[in-house]
Parts: sequence; structure tokens; C-alpha cells
Amino acid sequence: MLAEETAGWFLEHAWLIPLIPGIAFAVIILFGKREIGGRRVFPLAGAEIGVASMVIGLVLAIGTTYQWIHYVRGVEDPEPVIKSWTWWQSGGVKFGLGEHIDGLAVAMLLLVTFISTLVQIYSLEYVRGDRRFTHFFASITLFSAGMLTMVLAENMVQLILGWEIMGLCSFLLIGHWWEEEPNSRAALKAFLTVRVGDVGLLVGTAIMFGAAGTFTIRGVNEWAVDPSTGHTVVLWAAIALFIGCIGKSGQFPLHTWLPDAMAGPTPVSSLLHSSTMVVAGVFLVARLYPVFHTGLMINAAGQHFNLIAVIGGITIVIAAGLAFVQNDIKKVLAYSTVSQLGYMMMGLGVGAWVPAVFHIFTHAFFKCCLFLCAGSVSHTASHHSFDMKKDMGGLARKLPVTFGTWMVATAALCGLPLFSGFFSKDEIIDSAGHFHYGVFLVIGLVGAFMTTAYMTRATYLTFFGEPRGAAAHFVHDDHHAVAHDTHDAHAAHDAHDAHDAEPVHGKPLPFAPTDSPWLITVPLLILGFCSIFSGYINAAAFKTHYFDRWIESSIGVGLPEAEAFKWVNALPSIIMIAAGFTISLAICLKIFGTADSKLKGLTARNPVLGGGYQFLVNKYYLDYLYEKVIVHAIAHPIAAAAYWVNQNVLDGVVNAVGIGGRKTGDWVYKNVDQRVVDGAVNGSGTVARGTGGVLQPVQSGKVSMYGALLFGAAAVGALVLVLVNS
Amino acid sequence: MLLNEFLLLGAVLFCIGVYGVIARKNAVMVLMSIEVILNSVNINLLAFTQVHNNLDGNVFALYIIAVAAAEVGVGLAMVLLIYRNRKSISLDELSEMKG
Amino acid sequence: MLAASDLDVAQNIAFGVIALIMVVSAINVVRSRNVVHAALSLVALMAGAAAQYLLLAAEFVAVTQVLVYIGAVMILFLFGVMLTRARVGRETDLNNKNWAVGIPVALLMLGAMVYVLLKGFGDDRLHPTSQVSTAELSDSIFKPFLLPFWALSFVLLAAVIGAIVLARKD
Repeated sequence: MLAEETAGWFLEHAWLIPLIPGIAFAVIILFGKREIGGRRVFPLAGAEIGVASMVIGLVLAIGTTYQWIHYVRGVEDPEPVIKSWTWWQSGGVKFGLGEHIDGLAVAMLLLVTFISTLVQIYSLEYVRGDRRFTHFFASITLFSAGMLTMVLAENMVQLILGWEIMGLCSFLLIGHWWEEEPNSRAALKAFLTVRVGDVGLLVGTAIMFGAAGTFTIRGVNEWAVDPSTGHTVVLWAAIALFIGCIGKSGQFPLHTWLPDAMAGPTPVSSLLHSSTMVVAGVFLVARLYPVFHTGLMINAAGQHFNLIAVIGGITIVIAAGLAFVQNDIKKVLAYSTVSQLGYMMMGLGVGAWVPAVFHIFTHAFFKCCLFLCAGSVSHTASHHSFDMKKDMGGLARKLPVTFGTWMVATAALCGLPLFSGFFSKDEIIDSAGHFHYGVFLVIGLVGAFMTTAYMTRATYLTFFGEPRGAAAHFVHDDHHAVAHDTHDAHAAHDAHDAHDAEPVHGKPLPFAPTDSPWLITVPLLILGFCSIFSGYINAAAFKTHYFDRWIESSIGVGLPEAEAFKWVNALPSIIMIAAGFTISLAICLKIFGTADSKLKGLTARNPVLGGGYQFLVNKYYLDYLYEKVIVHAIAHPIAAAAYWVNQNVLDGVVNAVGIGGRKTGDWVYKNVDQRVVDGAVNGSGTVARGTGGVLQPVQSGKVSMYGALLFGAAAVGALVLVLVNS
Repeated sequence: MLLNEFLLLGAVLFCIGVYGVIARKNAVMVLMSIEVILNSVNINLLAFTQVHNNLDGNVFALYIIAVAAAEVGVGLAMVLLIYRNRKSISLDELSEMKG
Repeated sequence: MLAASDLDVAQNIAFGVIALIMVVSAINVVRSRNVVHAALSLVALMAGAAAQYLLLAAEFVAVTQVLVYIGAVMILFLFGVMLTRARVGRETDLNNKNWAVGIPVALLMLGAMVYVLLKGFGDDRLHPTSQVSTAELSDSIFKPFLLPFWALSFVLLAAVIGAIVLARKD
């Protein structure tokens, strides 16, 4: 391959990037808590290994990025760097592990290592004193290893391997405090819901292997665009794979697990369930785009709807709707994540590949930042509670860094011009219109409106207004210790161990003395910075297309040319943002403000609005549908039927065999054993005795009889001799 | 003379002796019947020396006479012993070896 | 058969008469009710046998027969009869229970033997001559048949000792 000769060391050895966290996981699990001579081997109980491995991974990823950029600059049509090592072979089929480094993989590698490093540093402070500190770091390191494996996977089997490792770590981490039942239930719900989708992934892989004869990404992509491939097969493969993406990326209808996943610690939410793991589905679609593009005939002439775009569009709207009725700040952000994932899917669905992937990139920064801000608030101000209505409010002054980065990230999320979100999200909306998917243009704009509105609500409740509950104690007192005695129940999730003594907190930044410790606020600052400036890599408004150029070789199919940027086209979304902000702020002030207002308690008085509110609060009754109706209907009859089969059929067969065996044994005993065998034995005895009895008179003891017999025999013998010889 | 004369005579005597061994109850009588048999055999042997012009028959006949003498001696001693122990030499009563 | 001879008429007649006596004596031995009568019939039988031996030109054997058989063996028999208190005179029955079995056996045997003899030896002639001399007989005993002679002497020795051991009273 051309790539081999000119590729650099980092590109060739990019497979080290997942390997090092993998080894780190093993070391943390095995040796994290070891003590030699009473002293801990690792003073931070394994966390330093995790952080170190992620830093090394980040350095390697930066090197890889640099070499890829350099490589792409020189070559017209860059080939991906593919390396493979066969770990098993069976019947002519080779299963390999390897790397498939192209622009998309490089971008994801960099993103995952960067975010993972920041979150691990954040966790050093946030998870301090936790009951399972070492296991937390082990799981989070393993997650990074899994996602990195998936991102540079050379073939579908490796991709699925990474996918499943991520699912496992998600389960482990959501249920980190599994002693409380809601947490373990949330973990199970996440795992099983994604599993439902994974069936599609496996079926899709099988279909592709059956039709294309190969597992490799490259082979599959080439098979998809091959003109001789039947269209129906590609369509079915695309649908099956997309079902996997629906599950993993929280699209409608399998989105129900994501909000419940907020039961895990905040670093988990920020790493897995906002920036990296949930985008795995989007990544899969982007990676195998030729399959989806050909199968679903995206951008085909006259097409206005396709499966991916529709699902993405629905997801945007319903998730945004649900974000309005949440009191838990993490749930707001979770629904926001679902909504943004909808944007990414919709982008891929309309053929806006580069904007969608770029949105993955930028969204990771600002969403991670938002979650970490929420964590910072709860860690420092609201005493581990995430309830906005009960324990937050008026924190803007006291948490300046947190507040500042929150605002920056929110602006990026809403798509305010000059922030990174504008350059990615707006491109998606724009492309939807330009590529003749007008409906999705409208949906995108509506989504932008709703995003701004609910984020305004959340921001107002958290940082403005009168401080409530724990926030009140924080704002008006200087010591945490007082807040202890008066605060009753913690929020169900994010419950730390009861600390009777003041935990050792880190030192805050010098210019924000009442804010969170520096281990928390520094990552916030870094992410805030990225939220602003990462957009400029691909700012169509300013004619920078670096990201585009670096990554477009990964698309695999020819896409229609995007329209050149015009500020006029961006106007509708800007208007939407402004409208959302003002309307939402007005309503917030009315409802949550101190002034008396007709809007307060509206949903309680008005039955229609009240019904709508209940509908939203119950999450469209989807959870009810899934758990009570579908699962119950399937599980109970099936379980009952299985029990019936077990008792009557299986046990019946076993019992019948047993009874039959016993009856046969009895019959055999009576007839064969007693009559035939014993009869034979007794008979032979009787015969012997009879013969003996018959022959007994011969042994009379009388000599004369013996003599008679002797001579008689001799006579007979003589006779016989004579007769024979005559 | 015909050879057969002597041989037939021997055969007749032999069979009479056999009948006597089988039919007689008294042990001494049985021994006597055995003597009859032995004598018939002697006649046979001596007839055949004349046929073959060989002395072996004569020698054998002499030996038979000697053996018969020894046998009768021992046999009668046994009969006496039995008689002393059981007061009877009826073979019908001497059947303790019956099985 | 008996009459089919030319020069040996006298011998034939002699043979016939003696054979008749012998057979009658033998039948008497096996059918007599009196033990002593049976013993004396046995003596007659043996005497007849000795006469036959003479006819067969075996003089030494005939003399030995008389001396040993009649002179010693029969005396032994008579002593045996005497010592076992066999009742002199008539006894109830000297035949055992199954005496009838003997008849068919004997007849069967007789039949077989007669048939064989008649078939086998048909009309073979005998011309007994006194070629046999006692000196040759003794030479024959003491040269080729020496070993049987020695064995015989041991047998007799054993018999004598055995008889003494068996019959003595202490």
C-alpha cells in the first residue's frame, strides 16, 4: 500500500493507543490496592496509572494526528493505514485485530483520549473518598481502551468487540453505587436496551459477511459501492446495522436508557453518556457510510425522507420536549445529548457527512463541559444534589469559573454564532435544506429553538434567582459542615459515602476561591476554551476547511457538494435562538421569579396543559409501554409457557421414561429373570439331579452288578466291533 | 481237528463263567466262576500255539496258572476278612460303596 | 464240523466227550445250590481242561494244571468255603437279585464270539504234534520271558505276604 512507505511511526503504531489503557486496566485491577509492608504501592490507589495511561494515549494520538495531517497534505487521495494481525483462523475465514487509520479514526482517537484524560483528572477530585475508588478508575480506563479499540477497528469483529467492552463498562459504571436499587436497575436497563439494538448489529454484520465474504471495514465499504452488489442486501444490512445504532446512540425508540443512566457518577455521564460512548452509533454510520448511503439511497434524486433522517428528526424533537419538564440538571443534559445525537444522525441521514462528524467533535467538548459543570455545582454548592428546584439557584457569583464555562458551553450548544456549535450544527441544518430534505430543515430549526429554551430554563434555575435548599446554605455560609446537619435526604443518585469528617478537598483556583478545587475547574476551563475555538477548524463562515480536508477521504462515497456559506442562510437559526432565549427567559422569570404571576401553577389549574405536562413527565409513557406492556406481555406468557413445557412435557418425558424403565424392570424381573433365567438355572439343576437320580442305581455298590455292567458293555462292544467290521 | 473246536469250547466256557460272575451271590462262588473263565482262556492260548508253532502260548498259559493261584490266595484272604467283619459274604449285603 | 476230519476221528471223539463233561461241569459250577458241589464240579472242569491240554500236545502245562490248579487252588477254595461257614447242603439261593441279567449278557457275548470264530477261523485245521519239549519250554521261560517270570515271582511273593497279612487274627 502506498500508505505504508510514507506513513510515520505514530500512524504505524496507533494500535498502541488502545493497548496501553488496556494494560493499565489490568494493572489497576490487580495491583491498585496492593500494599507492601503496610504502605500502599500506589498512593492514589491506582488512579495515577489510569491518568498516566490516558496521557500517554493522548500524546500518541497527538502524534498520530500530526502525522496524518502531514500525510494528507502531501497526497492527493490518501489511503488509510491498515494493519492486521490474525488471531484466529477457521475454515478459511481469518479473524484479525488491527488498525484502520484514516481521518475519521484519527479524529476520534484524538477526541476520546483528550476527553478521557480530562475526565480522569476531574475524577481524581470528584470521586475522592468513594467506596470503590480503584474500581471506578479501572472501569473508566477499560472503557477508554474499548472505545479506542472500536474507533480504529480494522474489521467488524474488532468493532463489535470494542462496542461490547463499552457496553460492559457502561453497565459497571452506571451501577457504580449498586447498593441503592435504582442504580442497579438503571444499569440493567441501559445494558439490556442497548442489547436489543445489538441484535441488529450482529445481524447486519452477518448479512454483510454473507454477501461480501469479509469482515474488514475496507472490504465491506468496497462491497457496498460495487455496482454488482444487489441493492436489497445492502438495504437489509443497513437497516439491521442502524438498529444497533438506535440502541447505542439513544435514538427514538430506544432512547429510554440514557436519562436513567444519569444514576452513575458525573464523570461517567460526562465521558460515556455525552461525548464518547453514545456517539459510537453515529461513528458506526459514518464509518460504514457507503453501506448506508447505497442501501438507503441517501441523496438519491427525489428522495425527501429516509430511515436515518426520520429517526434522527423524531429524536431531536421528542428529547427536546422532555428536557423542559426535568428538575434534575443531569437529566436535562441527558435529554439534550439525545437531542444532539438526533442532529448527528439527521445530518448523516441527509448526506451531510462532514458536518455530522464535525458535530460529534464539537459536541463532545461542550457537552462534556456542561456535565462537568453540573458535577462541579453539586460537588461544591448543592451538597451532591442535582435537583435544580430544591437545591440550586443564585450560584453565579460564588462559582465564577463554573458559571463562566457553563455559559460558554451553553452558547456553543445553542449554536450561537462564533461558538463551535454554530459551525457544526448550523451546517447540518443548512445541508438538510440544500439537499432537498426540507422537512428536516424545519425540524432542525425547531430543535434549535427548543434547545435554547430549555437551556435557558436550566441556566436560570441553577445560577440565577434565589438560592434554595443546599445552595442557600452554601451561598450564605462558609463551611460545609453546617450544611451536613440540616440537609436530610440526598438525591438518589450521586450519593457519596457518609463522611463524618470533612473530606480532604483540593484547593480551588486562586482567582475563584469559593469555586470548586483546581482539579475540577482546570478541565472546565480547557473544555470551555475548546468549546469556543474548536469550531474554527472547520468554520465555513471564515472559509476554513481544515477538518473537511483531513477527513473527507473517510467518506467512501461521493456526496453532493455543500452550498457555500452565506450569512443569509444562517439567519433562520439565529432568529430561532434569539426567540427561544427571550421567550424562555420571560417564562422563567414569571414562573420561578418572586413576583406573583398568572403563569405560576398553570399546569395544575388547566387540565389540558396539565395533561400535556403529565404526558411529558411520564416520558410519553414509553417506559410504561416498554416495561409493563411489551416486556410483561412477552415475559409472562413465555415464562408461563416455558414453565408448562418444563413441568408437563420435559418432566413428563423424564417421568415417563422413569416409570417406563421401572415397569420394564418389573416385567423383566417377573418374566425373564424369575421364569426364564431362574427357570433355566433351576431347570439345569433339576436336570442334573434327575440325571444323577437316574444314574444313581448304577452305583449300587454291588460287585455283581458292576461285573454285569462290565461284561455287558464288553458284549455290546464286541457286537459293535463285529458289526462294523463285517 | 478243527481249531474252531477248541476255540468254541473256550467261548462257551467263557460265557458260562461270565454268567456265573454276574449271577452268583456268594463271593467264593464268584471267584470260582472267575476260575472257569481263566481256564477257558488257557484252552484258547494253547490252541493257538499249535496254529503258530510257537511256544509263547504255552508260556503264557503257565503264567496264567501262576497268577490265578496268587489271585485266589489273596481273594480268599479278603473274603475271609470280610466274613470275619460282617459275618456274611453275600454280595447283596456288601453294598456300602453305593452312591 | 466235528465229523469233518479224516485221520483224527479218535481225537475228535475224545475232544467231544471231554468238552461235554467240561460244559456240564461249568454249568453246574454256576447253577448249583450247593457250594461244595460247585467246588467239586470245578475240579471236574479243571481235570477236563487238563485232558484237553493233552490233546493239544501241551503235556507240561497239563501236568502243571493238575498239580497247581487242582492240587493247590481248589484246596484253597475248599478251605475258603469251610472257613466262611457256608452251609453244607442246600442253601436258599446262591444267586443274587439280578441274576437274570447275566443270561442275556452271556448269550450276547456267546453269539458274538461264535460268529466271529466261525467267520474268522472257518475250517482251519490243527495237527498237534509233540514238537513241544519241556526243555524248550524252560528255555523259553528263562530267556525271552525272563522278566515276566521275575515279575510273576514278585506277584506270588506279594500275594503270599498279602494273604497272610489280611487273614491273620491279631
